[in-house]
Amino acid sequence: MRVLPVGAHALLVEVSSGDEAQALHAELLRRRAEGSLPAGEIVPAARTVLLDGVSDPVRLTAELTALALPPVPEQAPETVEIPVRYDGPDLADVAAHWGVSAREVARVHAGTEFRVAFCGFAPGFGYLTGLPARCDVPRRPTPRTAVPAGSVALAGPYTGVYPRSSPGGWQLIGTTDLVLWDPARVPAALLSPGTRVRFVPVGATGPAA
Amino acid sequence: MTDRALAVVRAGALTTVQDRGRPGHAHLGVPRSGALDGPAAALANRLAGNPPDAAVLETTLDGCSLRPRTPVTVAVTGAPCPVSVDGRPVAWGAPVRVRAGSVLDLGAVVSGVRAYVGVRGGIGVEPVLGSRSTDLLSGLGPAPLTDGAVLPLGAPREGGDAYVDVAPQPAAPDELVLRVTLGPRDDWFTPAAVRLLTSRAYRVSPASNRIGLRTTGPALERARPDELPSEGMVLGAVQVPPDGTPVVFLADHPTTGGYPVIAVVRPADLPAAAQARPGTPVRFVAVRRR
Repeated sequence: MRVLPVGAHALLVEVSSGDEAQALHAELLRRRAEGSLPAGEIVPAARTVLLDGVSDPVRLTAELTALALPPVPEQAPETVEIPVRYDGPDLADVAAHWGVSAREVARVHAGTEFRVAFCGFAPGFGYLTGLPARCDVPRRPTPRTAVPAGSVALAGPYTGVYPRSSPGGWQLIGTTDLVLWDPARVPAALLSPGTRVRFVPVGATGPAA
Repeated sequence: MTDRALAVVRAGALTTVQDRGRPGHAHLGVPRSGALDGPAAALANRLAGNPPDAAVLETTLDGCSLRPRTPVTVAVTGAPCPVSVDGRPVAWGAPVRVRAGSVLDLGAVVSGVRAYVGVRGGIGVEPVLGSRSTDLLSGLGPAPLTDGAVLPLGAPREGGDAYVDVAPQPAAPDELVLRVTLGPRDDWFTPAAVRLLTSRAYRVSPASNRIGLRTTGPALERARPDELPSEGMVLGAVQVPPDGTPVVFLADHPTTGGYPVIAVVRPADLPAAAQARPGTPVRFVAVRRR
């Protein structure tokens, strides 16, 4: 574990894997909840956790360096189920990358237990991990100018669901009607770091007519 | 509809509702947002008799025109600009009474970029996640003002009148000096690139906005070509995209990003960045971490 200062009031804690980052994030949240970690923002990402709004970064650096990391906590009691139609325009391309049929992409994706590693890009957009490394896919060579809200997509090792229409370069494999982000709802974000996620297939697999 | 409202006669190039933003939600991908020139927004509230967290209007370069439906006290701060009521000049940087139905106009700024309009009672749009700020990156909060829109006003609080003739305010910078501490990813750049950043003059790019102050100037060469996994970003982070020119992240910045951050600007220096016009020289000065 490496602790890097970020300006005068933040620290970036770097670990060697996504799993470690998730374990560290869970441990830091636990410490903040019990009152032993004063930090305004705790932002997990792919291999790091950012602590922002830290009053004494030097002292906290020493504490973090001595931190023994417990394993990722066991499954959270709640799993968010996302109904999905596997009808995305890039389903065939993803199947080709994986060397399987479109139906098999849907079967593997729906059979995977995902976890929100971190959020970003847009409010409510979660980077979901869980697919095996052989399922990594590249981004589209040319990003789309408008990806519809509810698009279920893949890029690199991640799965994500676009909370609103936006430009994007991920490979679109399906669609959900679930509202991922609603500022009028509590909580506004359906997915937050650590949330478990399952995709539940509805309807037939294949591009929409 | 209540009369405690403002009609937008002329929205201007970009006028948004801003308060002190919505910190604490970065882990959900929600930027902090809020007024880019925080001290100017706070002064507008003080002069208008508002608490510091009241929502104000932030204009960009060419001001805006507003017609209150009720008598209001307003105050214009930030970038200096001509202010008039029904065509008659009134004070900038001081409380001004505007009668119901009169038109308050802010003209084009004479220096700087962003002017702030504090209105007694504050702009009363519904808060989203605890803030009334327009967040241009995420589309949270009210949409930017449009001609003909009507903005509700909040209830004025008792007392709080500011009796001043002149409120001193910093001038827009002729040269933007940004104190930075290096890191967290300065080791992703060549030593020569780090020296370039802190020794050469950059300029404010016209592509700057509420998300970032973009610059033009010498490109910073990377020491390692690999891709940086996405990581959390702070306000004032100096990120270097593949074209090599630094971007200083402002209030609407994304909460995570995938390009290395070579340095971080002291928060105290960011209000001046909000008022630096395109073409203004920018110097990054390395300071020790406190």
